[in-house]
Amino acid sequence: MTTETASVPAPQEPENAEGNRPPQEVKSPRALAWTRRRHSAARFWREYRTHRAGVVGLAALVLIALAALGAPLLVGSDAQSVTEAPGEAMQAPSGEFPLGTDQFGRDLLALLVWGARISLTVGLLAAFLSVAIGTVVGITAGHYRGWYATVIMRVTDWFLVMPTLVLAIALASVMDRSVWTIILAIGVTTWPTTARLVRAQTLAVESRPYIERARALGGGHGHIMARHVLPNVMPLVLAQTTLVISSAILTEATLAFLGLGDPTVVSWGGLLQDAREAGAVSAGDWWYLAPPGIAIAVVALAFTLCGRAVESVLNPRLGVSR
Amino acid sequence: MTGAESNPAAILAAEAEAARTDRGAPGGPAGQAGPRGRRDSGPRARDTTAYLQYAAGKLGGALVSMFAVLVTSFFLFRLIPGDPVKQMTGGRRVSSEQLEAMRQEFGLDQPVWQQFTAYCGNVLTGDFGTSYQFHAPVMDKITEALPATLWLTGTAYVLYTLIGIWLGTRTAWRNGRLGDRFHTGLALTLYSVPSFWLGLLLIITFSVGMGPLPGLFPTGGMESGDESGFAYVVDVAHHMVLPVLTLVAVGYAQTLLVMRSSLLDEMGSDYLTTARAKGLRDDLVRRRHAVPNALLPTVTLMFVNLGTVVAGAILVETVFSWPGLGGLFYQALSVPDLPLVQGLFFVFATAVILMNTVADVIYPLLDPRVGR
Repeated sequence: MTTETASVPAPQEPENAEGNRPPQEVKSPRALAWTRRRHSAARFWREYRTHRAGVVGLAALVLIALAALGAPLLVGSDAQSVTEAPGEAMQAPSGEFPLGTDQFGRDLLALLVWGARISLTVGLLAAFLSVAIGTVVGITAGHYRGWYATVIMRVTDWFLVMPTLVLAIALASVMDRSVWTIILAIGVTTWPTTARLVRAQTLAVESRPYIERARALGGGHGHIMARHVLPNVMPLVLAQTTLVISSAILTEATLAFLGLGDPTVVSWGGLLQDAREAGAVSAGDWWYLAPPGIAIAVVALAFTLCGRAVESVLNPRLGVSR
Repeated sequence: MTGAESNPAAILAAEAEAARTDRGAPGGPAGQAGPRGRRDSGPRARDTTAYLQYAAGKLGGALVSMFAVLVTSFFLFRLIPGDPVKQMTGGRRVSSEQLEAMRQEFGLDQPVWQQFTAYCGNVLTGDFGTSYQFHAPVMDKITEALPATLWLTGTAYVLYTLIGIWLGTRTAWRNGRLGDRFHTGLALTLYSVPSFWLGLLLIITFSVGMGPLPGLFPTGGMESGDESGFAYVVDVAHHMVLPVLTLVAVGYAQTLLVMRSSLLDEMGSDYLTTARAKGLRDDLVRRRHAVPNALLPTVTLMFVNLGTVVAGAILVETVFSWPGLGGLFYQALSVPDLPLVQGLFFVFATAVILMNTVADVIYPLLDPRVGR
């Protein structure tokens, strides 16, 4: 898992960075670093474009994100109001309501667009929390050996063997019903995978000579972890984030379906729960049930496709065969 | 079930790689790197004592994990707001003496650490307390519901493991073709689908009936109740079709993807070229040489999945009102029925820990390269 930034020293030591480049006008170390980053970003994008599934996933995500951001403009901000519902209860799809109405007469298409906000927010924040915890734990556990690493990996192992969903349900049921509870429950239960992957990568990075060189030049623990190890585990973390997002979105829907979500906001899982409680299943109202599930699946699939594309771009060993 | 599962094979592979890099590292004083390298390299299959030490370490770790589960299930559910005694009386008017008596009966007047030691002792003797909502011992409720769960998830487990391995092998062997792209795409799509939603759609389509299609299967439950003998078996099987279909559809993707990627890793290997050079048919090369090696990561995944057989179907059981542990957990949560939730949490976690430990202990025997 070599990366673009792997062999390049931190910006503090400009001699080496300049040594590899053709003699141009003298730039500051910071400017050099930024040029390098721009180049690797461009290279990343060129390779990413060749993965068709990844591009499709990205396009789907951009569309859905735009719809979620523009929800107040697209469908109006009073779509969630029960008292000002425009239609009658449980209307089948028609020209006026393309996806029909729910048991309060609210337009389901509007609710679906609003639900995208919650589902995406929760998915992104929970994944961010989970990956952040995992990265910090993984890097520190790989950097400091000895009792600290032993204890922290013991804790990680313990979280890893816990049934994730059961633990998340337990956490969500003991705390208040709110969006933050869901984010916390998902984030706190899903970080160990990231932690183990990051730790393995940290161990590999720390055994390279340039880390020893940085140490010999007087680099402290913080410097080595932040400036040398972190940039090298970043690609792994990035790929892991996109994969965690899709499972976080699924878990959010599951928790909301079990009635553990915030009852005051509309989310896709919550819509499914509403549909089930309103008797849509026995009445055969497929138009109430199908759209939220398809939305969940599309978003989760899009993130998975992006994650796999990112992974195979950044990991040359995978890229050849897959 | 909803994809929140980790990917143990990927982790194992990553760690093995890290271990190799670690050993081959030129850095560090030579005197230090030597012995550490040997200790890190773990047991070889022929090195019995080292292996036993390794296995004992894993078992010890499992015991620590079990203790951690006890601590969690005791303290986590104590955070649920509200007084359990007041919940048990259910809003009826009770005198403070009666409340006091109930507190004493359930040991709630003791200091927390005494309650905890009592709880540990009880759990180890198989006593999880009395369910608030069923007024029956939790252990009885669990043993009652266990067979139904094992039937359902066990059948699904066998099916999705077999389908996953079979399709994974096929897609990897012909990777890049249309069939590969179709199956990988389909599996990824089904993997992204929430299991409960798929279940609900299946109920609408095949049980309630849609358009010209009559309801073919029952909407839920495990039996109609008036059958016996062979008719009973057929009846239960009839009830099992839809939930098993849901579980298999959502579950086989993971096995397929792991099997596919590990077979792809093997496909460039020299020993396969050798096997072909010997004149073996392509089919034999795949069956005898490539697949057994590629199965290793899949075996780990199989054990991890086996641990979730007990717990995995909370959503699907709820949707299909299957009388198993998952449905029981959902019922217990909605009250909340504290002892029942605690007991089920303990059982679920124990099953996963047990199976992970078995996988850890067996893995070095199967693959001497990975022995950490």
